[in-house]
This record gives sequence, C-alpha cells and structure tokens, in this order.
Amino acid sequence: MSKAMNIDIPVPAGNEDHYRIKMGPQHPATHGVLRVDLDLQGETILECVPHVGYLHRGFEKLAEHRSYVQNLVLTDRLDYIAAMANNVGYCEAVEKLLGIEVPLRAKYLRTMVCEMSRITGHLLGLATHALDIGAMTVFLYCFREREVLLELFAELCGARLTPTYTRLGGVRQDVTHSIMMKLERFVDEFPANIEEYETLIDTNRIWLKRTVDVGTLSAEDAVSLCITGPSLRGSGVDYDIRKHFPYAAYDLVDFEVPLGEAGDTYARYRCRMEEMRQSNNILRQCIEQMPPGPIVGDDAPDLVMPVKPGRKVEVDAPARQGLIKLIEDRETFMEGDIYVPTEAPKGELGFYFISDGNGSPYRMHIRSPSFIHIGALKTMAKGTMVADLIAIIGTMDVVLGECDR
Amino acid sequence: MNSDLVKIEEGVKFIPGASALVGPLNKIINWGRSGSMWPVTFGLACCAIEMMVAGASTNDLDRFGIIFRASPRQADCLILAGTITKKMAPVIRRVYDQMPEPRYVLAMGSCACSGGVFDTYAVVQGGDEFLPVDVYIPGCPPRPEALLEGLIKLQEKINGEQGRWSQLT
Amino acid sequence: MESTDIVEKLRKKFSDDVLDSYQHRGQNGVLIRRDHILDVCTYLRDECSMNHLMCLTGVDNSKRKATAAPCYERFEVVYQFYSIAEKYRIRLRAQVPEDDCSIESITSLWIGADWLERECYDLMGIHFDGHPDLRRILTPDDWEGHPLRKEYPLRGDGKWTGYEELKAKSKELSRFDFYQKDHEIGEHE
Repeated sequence: MSKAMNIDIPVPAGNEDHYRIKMGPQHPATHGVLRVDLDLQGETILECVPHVGYLHRGFEKLAEHRSYVQNLVLTDRLDYIAAMANNVGYCEAVEKLLGIEVPLRAKYLRTMVCEMSRITGHLLGLATHALDIGAMTVFLYCFREREVLLELFAELCGARLTPTYTRLGGVRQDVTHSIMMKLERFVDEFPANIEEYETLIDTNRIWLKRTVDVGTLSAEDAVSLCITGPSLRGSGVDYDIRKHFPYAAYDLVDFEVPLGEAGDTYARYRCRMEEMRQSNNILRQCIEQMPPGPIVGDDAPDLVMPVKPGRKVEVDAPARQGLIKLIEDRETFMEGDIYVPTEAPKGELGFYFISDGNGSPYRMHIRSPSFIHIGALKTMAKGTMVADLIAIIGTMDVVLGECDR
Repeated sequence: MNSDLVKIEEGVKFIPGASALVGPLNKIINWGRSGSMWPVTFGLACCAIEMMVAGASTNDLDRFGIIFRASPRQADCLILAGTITKKMAPVIRRVYDQMPEPRYVLAMGSCACSGGVFDTYAVVQGGDEFLPVDVYIPGCPPRPEALLEGLIKLQEKINGEQGRWSQLT
Repeated sequence: MESTDIVEKLRKKFSDDVLDSYQHRGQNGVLIRRDHILDVCTYLRDECSMNHLMCLTGVDNSKRKATAAPCYERFEVVYQFYSIAEKYRIRLRAQVPEDDCSIESITSLWIGADWLERECYDLMGIHFDGHPDLRRILTPDDWEGHPLRKEYPLRGDGKWTGYEELKAKSKELSRFDFYQKDHEIGEHE
C-alpha cells in the first residue's frame, strides 16, 4: 500500500459509535420520498428526525383556483393506493357543505368502492411492510389479488389507479352485470387468500421476532399523537369514523371494528388483516342489498357528464370560465365552513372547507393521516434499532403523496 | 501507424477501416445493453405504484432482463416516476450524476414529462428542465403496458446507437 | 351532552375570550380571542373529555366575504376537537391579528400538534410561541414567502435559489451528454 492510500481521518476518541446518518429520500424502504435523519449510538437510535416535503405539490393553493368539480381530480393523487376512498371523502364534504342529496343506490356504490379501496390499500400496505421486513413472497401474492381489483376499477370507470369515480351528487357510472359477477367471485375467494397470507407470516418466528413488542404505543400516547385508523385501533381505542360519523351506506350494513390490545406492530398487523375480512363482509352485503334507482341526485350541479353518449354539454369559451359560470349561477351555495372526516384505509382523512358562496372553495384543508403518523415517528423511534425503524414506518402505513399534498 | 490515423476533431483520431470491425461489435454490445437494462429504484408518487405493478406478477419486467437496483452506481437507467418538486430536484440530479455512462432517463407519467396537473409554485414543469430525457411516457398514471412500451422504445433506441462506446474522448 | 352545551360552558367560563358562536350544517363553531387559547384547550381536554385533536389549520381571511359569521382579524387558527368517549365535537377559530402574527402553541397538550403547527407556520406564516422546533416543513428550509397567503401567486413569485443553481449546473454539465440537443436543457420552444 503506497503512502498516498494512507488516509488519516480524525476520530473523536471515546465516542466512536456516535454518528449521524441520513436515510433517503431515495431509499428502497422509505415508502416514497421520506428523509429520516438518524442520530445513532451504534445501532440504537438516539434521535430520529423525519423530513418531508419532497412531494409537496401545493394542493391546497391549487384548489382555491379551481372549481369544486375540478378539484375532485386532484384528490385521487392524495392517497394514490386507495384512490376511491379519497374521492368519496371529498364528495361527502362538499355535498355536506353545499347541501346536495345523494340517492341510495349511489350511497351503496360508494360504500362498495370504498371497501374495495380499503382492501387494495391494506394489501399494498401489507405487501410493502412484509417486503421491508424480508418476506418477499407476500409482496407477489398481494399484488396478484390487487390486480383483480384494479382491473375491476378499470372496467367500472376507465382507470386503474386514479379513477375519479364519484361525482358531486352521486357517482359517474353504474355497475354492469359483469362487474357484479366478477366482484362476487372475488368476494367468495378472498377469505381463502387472506388465510394464505396468514399461513406465510402469522406464526413465523422471524415475523414474530420482528413485530412483537416493536413500536409499542399505549392508548393515551396514541391519542395524544393524534394517530387514527388501524394504527390507533391496534392500541385498543375504539375510534372508527364509519361508526362515529356514519356516511354513505355504512349505517345500513353490518360490520365489526377489530381492536388490538398490545399496541405493537403485530397488533396493528392483525387489525389490518381482520379489517380486510370485515371489508369482504361489507362487500358481500352491498352486492346482496344493492337497491335499484338513479345514481345521481336531482340537485347535483349540472356538470356530470351525460349518461347517454352523443349529448353535448354546451360550455362558453374559455371552458373553465364557462364551468365556473354555471356554478356561480346557482343560488343555493351558502357561505360557511365545514369539517367532514371519513375513514380512509390509512386513518382519518378529513376535509375542512370554507365556502365563500361562489364556485371555488375559499379554503380547502386536507387533514391527512400520513402527515401526522410520520410526525409521530420522532417519538416512536427513540431507543429502537434501525431495523425496527423500518418496521415502524411500514406499520404506520404512510403514503407520501397524502403526507405532503 | 500514427500517420495513418485520421483526425476528426481536437483530440479524437480515427483508424481508417476500423468501422468494418466496429460495426458488428456495435450490434453485439447494443444487444447486450438493451437486453439487461437495470433501472435505479426511483419512485416518487403515484406512477411508482404502476411501476411496482409492472415489476410484479401479471406484467413481469424480469423477463426483459430488467432488474431494479437500489444503488445508482450499479444502474444504467433512471425511471422518473411521479411528480418532481423543486425540493426533490437537486436530489434527483445528484442520483443521476452518480450513474456511470451509458445512462438513460425515462420520464414516466404526465408529471415527469411536463408537470401534469400541478402548475404550482413547488413543482418542476417536467424532468427535462434539468435532465436529458430519452423517452417520454405520457399517462396519469400510464398503464403497466404503456411503461413496457416505453422500455421497449428505449431498447430500440439503444439498438440503434452508434459510437457510444467506441469514441475515444 | 350536545355540542351546543359545550358552547354554553365555554361562554360561561371564558366570557371575555369568546367573541361569537354559530352553527352551520349541524356543526358548532366558536370564534375566540387568541390570548388564553392554552387555557381553553386545557379546559376542553380535561373537563369536557375532548381528547382527540382532529384538525389544526390556518386561514387567511383577507379576501373572505363572510356575512354569516364575520371574522375579526386577518388570520385565524382553526382547531377541531372531538371526544371519543362522549361523541361530540366543536370547532374553535382563534383570531390572530396581522401585525402580531403569533399564538401560543398547544404541543404541551397534544404531541401531535407539533407538525400541524409547523405546517401552519410554513404555509401561512403564523408564529407559534413555545413550539419546540418551529421551522419550515413542506417547503425547502430557505424558501421565502408563505405560499398559502392570498397575495402569494399560484406559480410562485421569487425564484428559489436552490433550483436556479441546479438549472445552471445542469446547463453546464449538458455539454458532456452523449445526445446533444438542438435546444438547451430548460428552454422550451
């Protein structure tokens, strides 16, 4: 070895194990563009500082410059794994704000797509969580089931991932017989698939070692951190918005809300698996109980695309001015503000709207569960190891699109 | 031997008759490159999910020789999947600069091609503002089949390359 | 207990702070001064068992033509509380003046308010006193301006130096690219 290769880097004597590293934003295990600064003593985390904002697109500012109907398109891109749940959340909030009624069939259809989104969301959450921990087969199995649901979405409304299915006052398109047949077949086969995933990991010693007693949250801590959704129910707090503030057709179907006890990663994982079973149950009831009727309410804004092809909608040029003019002509737009939460797969997705009387919202704030859950990482990751941090990020089920908006 | 060399530009000399050898070699090397394109895992937003789906079962990318690598030093193409924000742009450029030549960039999705729906203060209106993009794949998000079509177009582009490895710069 | 009872209790206990109360579509809202917001929130959490902070956000009222419940100051911070056990909710709108744009932080009561207040500071410019680590969160650290204010243009006003430097560097490095483009990187026809 020549002299030039002998590099002397001064190391502070006595504290060689204390160093600071940055994980991300480009990292295979961070579920998107999340950067985590870690203060490490060996392998143990002394301090964990998450940094977000690498996907901040300015939704809230953009929404003030677009009409209510145009903003619907933006909401798909929030939690893009379960896009229809965001659509339903947005429509519920705007309909409540503006006083628009939704017919019963549309409510059942919304419940149906919400639960399908919940299954796709939990499947992908489980897949990436397992992939980070090392179980790669689960990833491929979950994507296989997701493909069935995504193709159903494509058949229902044209797009797999960003459907924009709901409209103010109802839904865009009615289900066909073939979709209901395929959905029924999926609903019959899905419980067997859930058991397949469980045989892979439920009692696996490696899985248990990596998830039991990792990231434990007590009920008071979880509520103080403003955590919601399955992450909160894993700690035993009974807070499910479908039961507390029923929307769509959730008060007409029977389902239970699974609760965990220990509040660790394993409890949250079990909560999600049980929720998938309950979603399956709700889907079955929706298929059986689907009432006939219209899919769009009578007092919906006149901007739903015509159901019969060939009929044109006349709009003044430029198109955007014409659309806003149609909304502005209505007298029933009241001023006021409203906050409507819905149960997205990740947690409580809330929309806070301030209406000024015209066709665009004055202020739209999106209360996103992922933003708050990543903020909770600071408290949850103290004292754990780096590998446990990966498990914690996976169990909190974060999506950066929703976090950064 | 030196006097036989033809000077093309400053610092570049060309052996006359070498193209008879280099031509077929080009074909073989391009075939090798296009048959084993390794992208670096760079999912940003919604398009990343469709990229994952393209890599999983049903649409399999592995049969084209495409394996996702975590480190940019071991990758030869960068798939920009998702919206590029101004905060993220320096990071993307740093990852691109770390990739060894020959390297290619695919802009997947409307946001990476031209900013998409988001014409706001925080979003870069297209990856080609600070990166040389080779293939644009439009869609919001593009179907996995569209991503495959884009990758095959990139393969065709690589197959038609000349002089990429044989230039002595 | 209904939400309207909570409004009455607040009016009785904090009669100087409560400015107005209203109801819209079945949801109760209370406009209060910002001076004793910490006491109000402590009262709500401990006495009325409102343990869940649903939402915390900032609003810029400069262009609002609210005739139903008029606003008092330019900014306001909106809190939405919920009681999981008793199932009632309330909205507090704390009025924050423009010249002294600050309010007390409630991170001592809810740890989760930490990031919500940072976001409010970043996008709206409202300062939170007593916050452990108040800095920008969604925009880059050296960003200038507060994007959600009404006078901030949609496409941004100033240029962020980080991005301008990046574009200059890319232009410089583009002469080493294999495929030389007819136009420079960054210039569109």
